[in-house]
Amino acid sequence: MKRFAFATVSTLAVVAGSSVLAEPQAEVLHWWTSGGEAKSVAVLQEEFASNGGTWTDMPVAGGGGDAAMTALRARVLAGNAPTAVQLKGPAIQEWYEEGVLADISNVAEAEGWADVLPASIAGHMQCDGTWCAAPVNVHRIDWIWANADVLAANGIEMPTTWDEFNAAAEKLQAAGVIPLAHGGQAWQDATVFEAVALGLGGPEFYQKALVDLDPEALTSDTMVQVFDQMRTLRGYVDENFSGRDWNLATAMVMNGEAAFQIMGDWAKGEFLAAGKTPGEDFLCASTPGDGYLYNVDSFAMFEVEGDDNRAGQELLAKLIVAPNFQEVFNLNKGSIPARTDVALDAFDICAKISAEDMGSTSAGGSLLPSYAHGMALRGSQAGAITDVVTAHFNSDMSSADAVQQLADAVANSY
Amino acid sequence: MSEWLENHLPKVVLAPSFIAVLIFVYGFIGWTAWVSLTRSKLLPKYEIKGFIQYERLFDSPRWDTAINNLYIFGALFIVIAMVLGLLLAILLDQKIRVEGAIRTIYLYPMALSMIVTGTAWKWILNPGLGIESMVQGWGFPNFEFDWLVNPDYAIYTIVIAAIWQSSGFVMALFLAGLRSVDGEIIKAAQVDGIPTWRIYTAIIIPSMAPIFLSAFIVLAHLAIKSFDLVIALTGGGPGYATDLPATYMYAMAFSRGDIGQAASSAMIMMLVVFAIVVPYLYSELRAKND
Amino acid sequence: MTDLSMPQTQTRTQSATGKIALRWLLYVMLGLFALYYLMPLFVMLTTSLKSLEEIRTGSLISLPREVSLDAWKTAWSSACTGIQCEGLRPYFWNSVLIAVPAVAISTLLGALNGYVVAQWRFKGANIIFSLMLFGCFIPFQVVLLPMARLLGMMGIAGTIPGLIFVHVIYGLGFTTLFFRNYYVTIPSELTKAARVDGAGFLRIFWSIFLPLSLPIIVVTVIWQFTQIWNDFLFGVSFSQAGTQPVTVALNNIVNSTTGVKEYNVDMAAAIIAGLPTLLVYVVAGKYFIRGLTAGSVKG
Repeated sequence: MKRFAFATVSTLAVVAGSSVLAEPQAEVLHWWTSGGEAKSVAVLQEEFASNGGTWTDMPVAGGGGDAAMTALRARVLAGNAPTAVQLKGPAIQEWYEEGVLADISNVAEAEGWADVLPASIAGHMQCDGTWCAAPVNVHRIDWIWANADVLAANGIEMPTTWDEFNAAAEKLQAAGVIPLAHGGQAWQDATVFEAVALGLGGPEFYQKALVDLDPEALTSDTMVQVFDQMRTLRGYVDENFSGRDWNLATAMVMNGEAAFQIMGDWAKGEFLAAGKTPGEDFLCASTPGDGYLYNVDSFAMFEVEGDDNRAGQELLAKLIVAPNFQEVFNLNKGSIPARTDVALDAFDICAKISAEDMGSTSAGGSLLPSYAHGMALRGSQAGAITDVVTAHFNSDMSSADAVQQLADAVANSY
Repeated sequence: MSEWLENHLPKVVLAPSFIAVLIFVYGFIGWTAWVSLTRSKLLPKYEIKGFIQYERLFDSPRWDTAINNLYIFGALFIVIAMVLGLLLAILLDQKIRVEGAIRTIYLYPMALSMIVTGTAWKWILNPGLGIESMVQGWGFPNFEFDWLVNPDYAIYTIVIAAIWQSSGFVMALFLAGLRSVDGEIIKAAQVDGIPTWRIYTAIIIPSMAPIFLSAFIVLAHLAIKSFDLVIALTGGGPGYATDLPATYMYAMAFSRGDIGQAASSAMIMMLVVFAIVVPYLYSELRAKND
Repeated sequence: MTDLSMPQTQTRTQSATGKIALRWLLYVMLGLFALYYLMPLFVMLTTSLKSLEEIRTGSLISLPREVSLDAWKTAWSSACTGIQCEGLRPYFWNSVLIAVPAVAISTLLGALNGYVVAQWRFKGANIIFSLMLFGCFIPFQVVLLPMARLLGMMGIAGTIPGLIFVHVIYGLGFTTLFFRNYYVTIPSELTKAARVDGAGFLRIFWSIFLPLSLPIIVVTVIWQFTQIWNDFLFGVSFSQAGTQPVTVALNNIVNSTTGVKEYNVDMAAAIIAGLPTLLVYVVAGKYFIRGLTAGSVKG
């Protein structure tokens, strides 16, 4: 058995273009700890083990990865970095600039990642022209979920513009249904905000305002309208929304207490776990407007000592992007594979819409990174924007004041 | 040699702890002060760039909220926890039948961290799930208790939970104090016909001055360090209405990758601590030196 | 004992019924406060005994219709804290390995330090003491990063000895304070007399002070055990796979962001993680008050 494992590893190592002949080891820091997520990662661990690797699990949940990032900083400063870390967006490049990431270009090139990943997603995985991270999945953020029965009972179609949405919401409110299920946590406010910004302003505005941080776009009339719409949405939310977890908001849609929820596609997992069928019990559609906001989870490899660890990193990177894991993992997680050549037969209707839209927006240049989920901006800028968005949504601040504060906060965040 | 050792043994024994404190408290404060003058982002850098981080800090509306919250929270928490602790101690000191059990009930919250009790508090205080809906269900449809979701009042729910956690401990301190007041003096006062409430206000409570001081220090230290509480209960929300300096600093350092900014906020926090603790230490040690 | 329940100063107009009414009022007030303190524990306990279905549909503050211990079993031995689904059990043991030595060492050092500061006052001892006391107040978020660096340099980053070290260092301020305030109340003539009899520094500590110290040792151990067992920040920052304490595992169960929430398991896990400290308070609570009475709080 051991000999067999050894043989497999050496073959792999050769395939990966490395001459290292050591038993792959990996300590993996991640924050996927809940039942469904943990099962998804377990798939990776099994594949890793069946290829002769030893996986040491280092899970740290909480705050969408905040606690894990605290642990990561301490580990890096102690000179004791984990082998592989769940890391995403510009944070990858930030860590690269600190000189602590390992280069996995030989795996990426041997596996031909550049040919199977959409260009904008591949861009996130590269640091100064070398490959430094491996993508796991693509979550779409700008989803709107609806209770099919509630919509049918009130004669409402899935809205395709924000005006239609507002009209539908008024109708629902008059009928005694909460139009929008929402959890008042800063990241959820930001999730709705970016969907509105993309829908009202269009992909170009989104790019300028929330990716390039162009001061003109930040203070433009369009941005005022975005905040106006946020204020309107505030009126469609029930009064106990503060601090509510997103899954409780999803439950409100499920049991017909509320009609819509704006949330990334992990919400689908909640619906499925409750035995609901997409297209029948609940509906999924992109939020009104063009474009596609993505949130790509990925693993970055840290600079570590020892051939066994390096072999572990290469094996891990290879397995993560391989079609088998991409399919199994994403079926569990509710997202879609990052690589475009995975057959989607086993996926549900929402995932198929997501994959199709990713293809078309990627070609049309409107496949954009989510700011609310740390894909578009560095931590301090994204945080500064979220502060303003959540302060506006949870008070009676005027849109004009919000726009001014937004520009100030961004300027003050560098 | 052994005589030298015997003479200096007290110092030798104290030395390791003292050196450890010098490095791990004062060295680290110095380190933080240094970093607060740099433009450190993801990881600390050591190139000094002036007071830019402090300017950014004072320009930040979120920091204003955090500091104001610390004043509101700190003042209410310390005062109410002390008054409640004293009241409970006095009530418990009336030869209560099941004193042991009641005392344990009052004291147990101190044993649990807010990571443990946070979710329960969140439910209890949430208008749709907890007290408000329960009382409305009893037939009082107009009853309102929506502080948790009201940006202007949410900070007071933090006070409620914090008092729940710490007032039992303060009660224990005061109870211990009441038990060590000289019984003879009280008997004499009773014989003189002084009413009960006067005995408390004029004799017993003044004699417990040192305990007030101890309680104050314990509570002030808890108030400044309050972190788990906010994270578990409101996550700083609604908006950032319940942010405290400790949560602000943590957010900057660990979720925003803005370590320079975090260091400057930490320095201001340290100044606040300094302003509270140093007068205490001064009075404490001067009294003992006499 | 301040016995004010039956003051002799009552005038005859105050009837016995008034006294009884007052007594009732007292018990009602104590009972109401007890409800306030028990409420969160009640919510946690009842929720942990309900099925997920009942939590979804019913009121959160109500007794379970059907009592089930499944959530407790899951939390202890099969809840997922990552890829491993072994519940809190393995992490519980880590916490014991961290807390027991850390409490023992910091208490012993605190006793020695307190003894020196209170009874062997050399020049500067008070300044040293106040510098140490100030260390109690440093917000722990401040020390995370430099501490990580130093632990790395010492070669104990991510290990259990590393975590013990951190807890001992930041416990020293309080343990020294407790013992110092206790020993200050012991007359210094005792030490002087013992020295005349030829007893040395350690001998006096060992045979005179330590035997007197039981009440304050109880107070210190309770305080330190609570602090260390409940710590999350150090636990999450200075551990690695295999050394994570129970609070980190609890957080992994409770705080996952994008998964299905099992509140009954969350609550059961929370109570399990809090049991040791609860037990310490219930069992040793009596000695806690006695220890405080014995002088520790006389500032």
